Amino acid sequence: MPKRTILILKTLVHLVCLAPLLWLVHFYRSGTLQLNPDPVNFITHFTGDWALWILLASLAITPLRRLSPRIAWLIRFRRMVGLYAFFYATLHLATYIFLFSGYDLVAVFGGIRNGHPGAIFEQWTQVWPYILDDILKRRFIQVGFLAWVILLALAVTSPSSIMRAMGGKSWQRLHLLVYLAAALAVIHYWWLVKSGVSTPWKVTVILVVLLLARAAYSASKHRSRSGTAVQVTKG
Amino acid sequence: MRQKGQVMQRRHSEGHDPAIHSSDITPEPAFQRFQQQRRLLLTGGAALGIGALAASRIPGLLSPSITVHAQALPSVASKYTTIENQTPFAKAAGYNNFYEFGFDKSDPAKHAGTLKTRPWTVQVTGLVKKPLTLDIDTILKHRPIESRVYRHRCVEAWSMVIPWDGYSLSELINLCEPLPSAKFVQFLSLADHKQMPDLPFGYNWPYSEGLRMDEAMNPLALLTFGCYGQVLPNQNGAPIRVIVPWKYGFKSAKSIVRINFTEKMPHTTWNDQNSQEYGFYSNVNPKVDHPRWSQARERRIDSAVLPHYIPTQMFNGYGDQVASLYNGMDLKRYY
Repeated sequence: MPKRTILILKTLVHLVCLAPLLWLVHFYRSGTLQLNPDPVNFITHFTGDWALWILLASLAITPLRRLSPRIAWLIRFRRMVGLYAFFYATLHLATYIFLFSGYDLVAVFGGIRNGHPGAIFEQWTQVWPYILDDILKRRFIQVGFLAWVILLALAVTSPSSIMRAMGGKSWQRLHLLVYLAAALAVIHYWWLVKSGVSTPWKVTVILVVLLLARAAYSASKHRSRSGTAVQVTKG
Repeated sequence: MRQKGQVMQRRHSEGHDPAIHSSDITPEPAFQRFQQQRRLLLTGGAALGIGALAASRIPGLLSPSITVHAQALPSVASKYTTIENQTPFAKAAGYNNFYEFGFDKSDPAKHAGTLKTRPWTVQVTGLVKKPLTLDIDTILKHRPIESRVYRHRCVEAWSMVIPWDGYSLSELINLCEPLPSAKFVQFLSLADHKQMPDLPFGYNWPYSEGLRMDEAMNPLALLTFGCYGQVLPNQNGAPIRVIVPWKYGFKSAKSIVRINFTEKMPHTTWNDQNSQEYGFYSNVNPKVDHPRWSQARERRIDSAVLPHYIPTQMFNGYGDQVASLYNGMDLKRYY
């Protein structure tokens, strides 16, 4: 594929991935977010939803490109999309820590303006007990946080230089954890909703399909390997 | 005869026809004190001077399209009222847990338009002198409607301050003439696939809630027909619901079609669904956490964009009136 096309496509992927955030910022600035009955709840769900959808999109790239050699170029966008999933997951976590927890951003900004940056920590000491309580007691918070930690590890090891330093095999083993992160994110969603509420079914179905696609591919690869010659596939 | 006239007009203007006569809500001196609330209500389309059906359709995914049959419901003042800042009407009418109309809290405002609130009857069954079928307009006229501003605490750790319009539930219970053997009162909500096409699977419909008889007879328990000086929007449980302000919101059944008096504790929908999370009593209690979040504080739904947290009060701040109902009870065990 020509360099120019790649550049255009990359720009497009950036725009698509940034669109939800730009949309959110626009709705905040236009004052519409304020009309939402529970803005912080909305932001929390919005960032969480997009983190999960983009994570699933990044997982879909590998099985999709295997469908045809003509779309093998999709792999060039996998890291980028994965990093966007981490980006939205981080926004989701930041929403929880700096908005949902009751962290008073107005007080903090006011403090900073009035030469009292200590407000940052004062607010933190106020909300920390609630966050700690959540981390210790609530399983949906625990699995959600674990999913974010995994994505953090994958994001940190995503540059090519680190991949080379780690060696392809161990890098790939580590990055298989992305499936665990996605599963934890979906469990986080199920444990969050009330019993009888089925809204997480869509992401669950997609994740199961993606996992089955991977399992089917591994199985067929295994069969062909044990049957005939060893094929080395570049992933 | 104003009351009767109101009823007639309500009948006339209810239903699918969004048109409503301005005379329906012509301000009269008695309604003057609702002016401020009405101003809150009459945003959007109604602000153009229609002064009636606030079909305030706010575009975009963010705000639900709130369609409201705004009809004034005249009322008198009540001593059971808080002076806290009220939640904006659009938020109270756009953020509802009414699963019969969908899981999302913006769904009821979008979908409850299919609910037909006239004709409407309430059956009175169980341990009563004589089973009754009461017409909604008979119930409405039974006692003067009071306006009571109550704190409303959802089990999900958010809260509102809402001016409800109704009269004490005890007044209707007395009319029902329950037998001395009646120890509980059960409220059953409408569950009609035709009017509620999204009625979700996996629940034991109709929605069932209940109170102990002495709880139901407490004057704070409000039989509710309106809010913000208007007839209840469908999504808020029209045309008749209860409001039990010292309990989590799900205890306050919406769109009631049957009131059943029993000797044994009735089953309740959320308790059936998850008894660990939702007990029969479900009194607001900052010391008893929900398994998935703390109940020690609540997010007050107001007009601000940033969250506003306040400490949750025992019995939602109504301890003076209701704490004695639970003397000697371990409220951690009977959550």
